[in-house]
Amino acid sequence: MAKLILSLEGSVIREVPLDKERIMIGRKPSNEIQIENLAVSGEHACIVTILNDSFLEDMGSTNGTLVNGNPIKKHILQNNDVIEIGKYKLKYIAEVPAHAPAEDFEKTMILRPAKAAPKPVTEPSMPPTPKPAMAPAAPAATAVAAAMAAKSGEPHMLAAVQILTGPSAGRELDLVKNLTTLGKPGLQVAAITRRPQGYFITHVEGAKFPIINGKVIDAQAQPLHDHDVIELAGVKMEFFIKK
Amino acid sequence: MADLSNMLEITTATHSGMVRSHNEDSIAADAAVGLAVLADGMGGYNAGEVASGIAVAMISAELKKALASITGDLDVSTAEKLVGEHAVRANNAIFQASQSQPQYAGMGTTLVVALWHDDYMIVGHIGDSRLYRMRGSKLEQVTRDHSLLQEQIDSGLITKEQARHSQNKNLVTRAVGIDPEVDAEVHSYPVQAGDIYLLCSDGLNDMVTDEDMELTLSSLQANLPLAAEQLVQQANDNGGRDNVSVILVRVLKNFPVRSGLVDRLKSWFR
Repeated sequence: MAKLILSLEGSVIREVPLDKERIMIGRKPSNEIQIENLAVSGEHACIVTILNDSFLEDMGSTNGTLVNGNPIKKHILQNNDVIEIGKYKLKYIAEVPAHAPAEDFEKTMILRPAKAAPKPVTEPSMPPTPKPAMAPAAPAATAVAAAMAAKSGEPHMLAAVQILTGPSAGRELDLVKNLTTLGKPGLQVAAITRRPQGYFITHVEGAKFPIINGKVIDAQAQPLHDHDVIELAGVKMEFFIKK
Repeated sequence: MADLSNMLEITTATHSGMVRSHNEDSIAADAAVGLAVLADGMGGYNAGEVASGIAVAMISAELKKALASITGDLDVSTAEKLVGEHAVRANNAIFQASQSQPQYAGMGTTLVVALWHDDYMIVGHIGDSRLYRMRGSKLEQVTRDHSLLQEQIDSGLITKEQARHSQNKNLVTRAVGIDPEVDAEVHSYPVQAGDIYLLCSDGLNDMVTDEDMELTLSSLQANLPLAAEQLVQQANDNGGRDNVSVILVRVLKNFPVRSGLVDRLKSWFR
C-alpha cells in the first residue's frame, strides 16, 4: 500500500497509509491528515486512491499545494514525489505489493464493472473477481531491468549532417529527432533514425539507394559512423558526431 | 463483393517485444476483401495466444464467408451489424473454450476489426487495441479504449498527459471471451484516398507517443512496410515491455460500390 511521510523541517512527524479512497488534508479536525498551521487552509488538498494510482488535488487552498517545487491543481503521484503544504512536506512512497512482480502491472487484465458481478446461474464456475492473468513461469526480472536500462540509455550523443555539394552546400542539420528524412520526395528519400545504439540510415523511396562512403547500401538499415559521407539524390553530405 | 486489392495497400508487423517470451497478439489482413483484424490476448501461459488466435481466425474467415455470400448490395449499416455479430460469435467461442478446458480458464482478448466497403470504413472494437487515422499529416485516434484509464480521462479525473504516467494502463473494462455476453463498439467513417489507417496493440501506444507515431507515419508514408517496421522498432527501443503489433492500411483510391454513370442513374430512379 502506498503511504505518505509527513515531515516538518526535516524531522518526520508521522506516516500515513493511503488506505482510504479519499484522504483529506487541512487545518480542520475533520481532515484525515490534520495540520494545525495558519498557512494551511481548512480543507487544503485531498488524495484519491484508485487501485495503484493516487491523485492529489488542491481544494482551492489559499496558499496552494506544491509537488516537487511546482504548484499543482491536480497531479498523479509518482513514487518519491514531495508534496509541500505550507512548511510541511509529505513524501509519497508507492509501495508495490511484494507478491506482484513488476511485470504483472504491464499485463493486460480485465477489470469488470460491479454490475458484472457473478451470476451464479449462468456462470457457476466463474470466481467473483477474475483472477489476474498469470505471469509466465520464468521470472523476467533481469529482462525488465535490461529493458529499463535500454530506455534510460537514450543516446546523449548528438549528430548532424553537413551538406557538401549543391546549392545549399555548407548547411548543417542537427539530427535531434528520432527520425529525420533527407532527399527529394518522389525522387529519392532516406531516413536517419536516432536509436539507443546510435544513428542508422534507411532507404525510404526512389529507384536509387543511398551511397555511403562510395558504396551503395541495400534495403537494410545501416549504422552511421563519424565522418561517413552520404550521397543522396545527387547531393553529398557528411555525417558527424557533435558530442 | 468488390475486390479492393487495387484500392488498398496493407502491411503488417508483429513482434514479441524485448521482455515477453511469447507473442500473444494475433493479426490478419486481406486487401482484396478490405479487412484487417488485430487482437491482443490475455491469460495464463499460452491461453492469451489461444484467445487472440481464435478471435482473429474466426472473424477473418467467417466475415469473409459472410461477405462472399451476399449477392445484392451491402449497405453500411448492415455491414456494421455484420461486424458486431462476428465479434459476438468470437466471444462465444472463446468463452465456451475457457469454460470447458481448465487450462484456458479466464482467457480473453481485445479486438479491433476494420472493414473497408463502399468508401466507408466500419470499425468494431473491444478493449484497448486501437485504430488511428492519418489524414494529411495529422494522426488522430479513432477508437476510444474500453479501459479504466479512459474512463478516468472521460470523467476529468486525469488529463491525457497524466495518463501516460499512470500505473493502471493495463486494465481493460471490456474484453472478448471473458463474459457470456459482450458488445462490440461499432462505428463507420467515410474514407478518402490518401488516408492511412493504423491498427495497433497497446504495446505500441504505451511505448511510443502519438507525436512520434505521427512523425514516423508522415515522414515514411512513401514506404509503408518501412513505416510499420520503424514503429515496432521504436516501441522496442523504448523498452518493448509488451508484444507490439501494427497493421497499416493506405487507401490508394476511392472504392464506391456505384461508380458508373448507369449505376448512378439507376440509383436516381429508385
